Amino acid sequence: MDIGFTEEQELFRDTARRFLEGECNTQFVRRRMAEPAAVTDEFWQKLAEQGWLGIVYPEEEGGSGLGLVDLVVLMEEMGRAVMPGPFLSTVLLGGAAIGEAGTSAQRREWLSQIAAGKAKAALAWTEPNLRWDAAGITLRAREAGGGFTLSGSKLFVGDAHLADVIIVAARTRDGSTMEDGVSLLLMSKDTPGLSVTLLPTIDETRKLCEVRLDNVALPAGALLGEIHQGWAPLSRVIARATVALAAEMCGSAHQVLDMTVAYAKIRIAFGKPIGSYQGVKHQAADMLVVIENAKSLTYYAAWAFDQNLDEAPLAVSMAKAAASDMVRKVAGTGIQLHGGIGMTWEHDLQLYFKRAKASEVAFGDATWHRERVAQLMIP
Amino acid sequence: MDFADSPEHAAFRAEFRHWLEANLPPEICVDDAADQRVAPDRETLEKRIAWQKKMHAAGWVGISWPKEYGGRGASFMEQVIFDEEYFRARASVLPTASALNLLGPTLILWANEEQKRHHLPRILSADELWCQGYSEPDAGGDLASLRTRAVDHGDHFVVNGQKAWTSGAHFADWCFLLVRTDPDAPKHHGISYLLVDMKTPGITVRPLVLLNGHRHFNEVFFEDVTVPKENLVGPLNQGWKVAITTLMFERSGAGGRDHAAQIARLTELARQFPTRQEPAWRESHIRQQLAQLAIDVKALQVTRLRGLTRRLRGEPPGPEGSILKLFSSELALRIADFSSTLLGPYATIDAPTEAVPDAARWHQRVLGARQYTIAGGTSEIQRNIIGERVLGLSKG
Repeated sequence: MDIGFTEEQELFRDTARRFLEGECNTQFVRRRMAEPAAVTDEFWQKLAEQGWLGIVYPEEEGGSGLGLVDLVVLMEEMGRAVMPGPFLSTVLLGGAAIGEAGTSAQRREWLSQIAAGKAKAALAWTEPNLRWDAAGITLRAREAGGGFTLSGSKLFVGDAHLADVIIVAARTRDGSTMEDGVSLLLMSKDTPGLSVTLLPTIDETRKLCEVRLDNVALPAGALLGEIHQGWAPLSRVIARATVALAAEMCGSAHQVLDMTVAYAKIRIAFGKPIGSYQGVKHQAADMLVVIENAKSLTYYAAWAFDQNLDEAPLAVSMAKAAASDMVRKVAGTGIQLHGGIGMTWEHDLQLYFKRAKASEVAFGDATWHRERVAQLMIP
Repeated sequence: MDFADSPEHAAFRAEFRHWLEANLPPEICVDDAADQRVAPDRETLEKRIAWQKKMHAAGWVGISWPKEYGGRGASFMEQVIFDEEYFRARASVLPTASALNLLGPTLILWANEEQKRHHLPRILSADELWCQGYSEPDAGGDLASLRTRAVDHGDHFVVNGQKAWTSGAHFADWCFLLVRTDPDAPKHHGISYLLVDMKTPGITVRPLVLLNGHRHFNEVFFEDVTVPKENLVGPLNQGWKVAITTLMFERSGAGGRDHAAQIARLTELARQFPTRQEPAWRESHIRQQLAQLAIDVKALQVTRLRGLTRRLRGEPPGPEGSILKLFSSELALRIADFSSTLLGPYATIDAPTEAVPDAARWHQRVLGARQYTIAGGTSEIQRNIIGERVLGLSKG
């Protein structure tokens, strides 16, 4: 039993923190928010040089071959910095889907490019029905002439407007279960019939898009992995990204707590620092409680995922349910304890509050994941 | 990051688990052992004393004490595993638990040879039952303001005053007592640590019955009670320092207590229990609440293990350790509240019913769980401690 990070992981954390403090302060974040790309080529290249863009890919495909526990360390630091850009969508969703499901040729073609910062990817998985499980995938891919044709819409797709390649989850047959009949199809951004619309998103450091497919015709080679069997690799991708997101939420939330405590020490009201009043102090204490518990569940889920344990899906949903409730409370309380200044555009809390809200509802909110926990609690 | 036991720890866990399976009598088991740390009656107490003697004979009592004083010199992690397994088996708390955890380690550090030789073996064998004479009516959370006086009469002290919230004093043979020996010194510097024979004339034990009818606590009155000088532990007026060592041994959060078994049972009930002609489990709000409680139970388990890891690594305590008491006690309350959401009036009946054979357990939770957000420092004090010591906010 050893529920902590190794010296190597702590060193990795220090390096990540120093890098992000130097390259990604909140002035940088604010400038990126205002641009459609939410990232600069220069910054993206630096992430590649750090080895972060291939962090979970196998070494033979240009990655670092690290596990989810290692990734959690990095995500906490990215959350602390509200790092902008398509890291999650490119590295952990689109790229990871190629990594999990793709043939060796497909992996070779894309993963080293993504790891090198030369290509970006997105995963078009969710639809207007707002389900996060296999049943939510209703968009049809019809087998035609040795290939596939697709028509329909994918919604809330992260950073699809930046992607060179988009992985679309589609239904290729009505199997005996919802999981059976899901296939993953890879298409480049210039595929005829594919159109991407940028949505005006609450968290502009990480944009969401609608992806429309209008009679898109794909060759047989567009299939990632095996036909009808796409849910298993996709669910692994989603699980890893969900835990990574939970870790990022923990990192952001801890930064909100640090900002709030620092403010409560210097802001004087009625002759005393506001942090000396129990009405403020106790809320700050409660912020810490929920943050530490969400971290605990996130670490546990990361470990269970890396160990490939049966309880991993349960652990993942526990972590995301806790993280979603936690950021709602922490980001909201952070603003409340700052008072009026916390509501301003000028104050950095807005960056964290908006990221928190976007993350809270991404990949299933607390209610969704609690229902999953309920299902998984009963063997 | 590794949640699994090392091979040595796994072997230790298996050894103790097997021993308990083979030796623990069913009548010693209780569903929620923490609610019943003190036996409800003399007959139950005698059974528990016999159980402690059986454990002692097999070498399973006081395992973290040094070998020379009758323990096993068990490591911290072995003690944790021991606690987890003991709790898992639903075994009742040992009659001398507070002496094993608090007094024994203090005596080993501070007592003279005669005191150690006399008391330590009797604590292990349950031949001496102890109570802890710390809290007073006006000194609870702020313990150092205690006022029970001990006046020096040459070869003995004369003690006058009152203690409150004294667990198990009605069964105790001895009391480890904090008294004020120098009323003029600053409050932390005029306290001494005494061992008092409860049969000494002048001691009156009055029950302080809880709202659930349990006689757990007492008020203890001291009226011109004579305590021989040789019963002083550590130096005169240094009792606060001695007591602080004791409190450091209070392994709050270290032991294996969690609420998983309660959640498992409530889930089972929800799946059988008819509300509005359906099992409650089909109702979304019931599923949501049970799932949330299961999530919180797991969070508590892992947060506890993170704190243990720091301790094992010899690192300073982190923020995760400081939230355990607050979160755990409030979780116990939420579970109790949920039991009445699920079971309705059944949770108010102190007897088995056909639909809910363990109704009394939930009746007891509803009442008994209230104590945990108060005992050992109220939740309000815990939030102050977190705010001030962990987050560095100033005192009001």
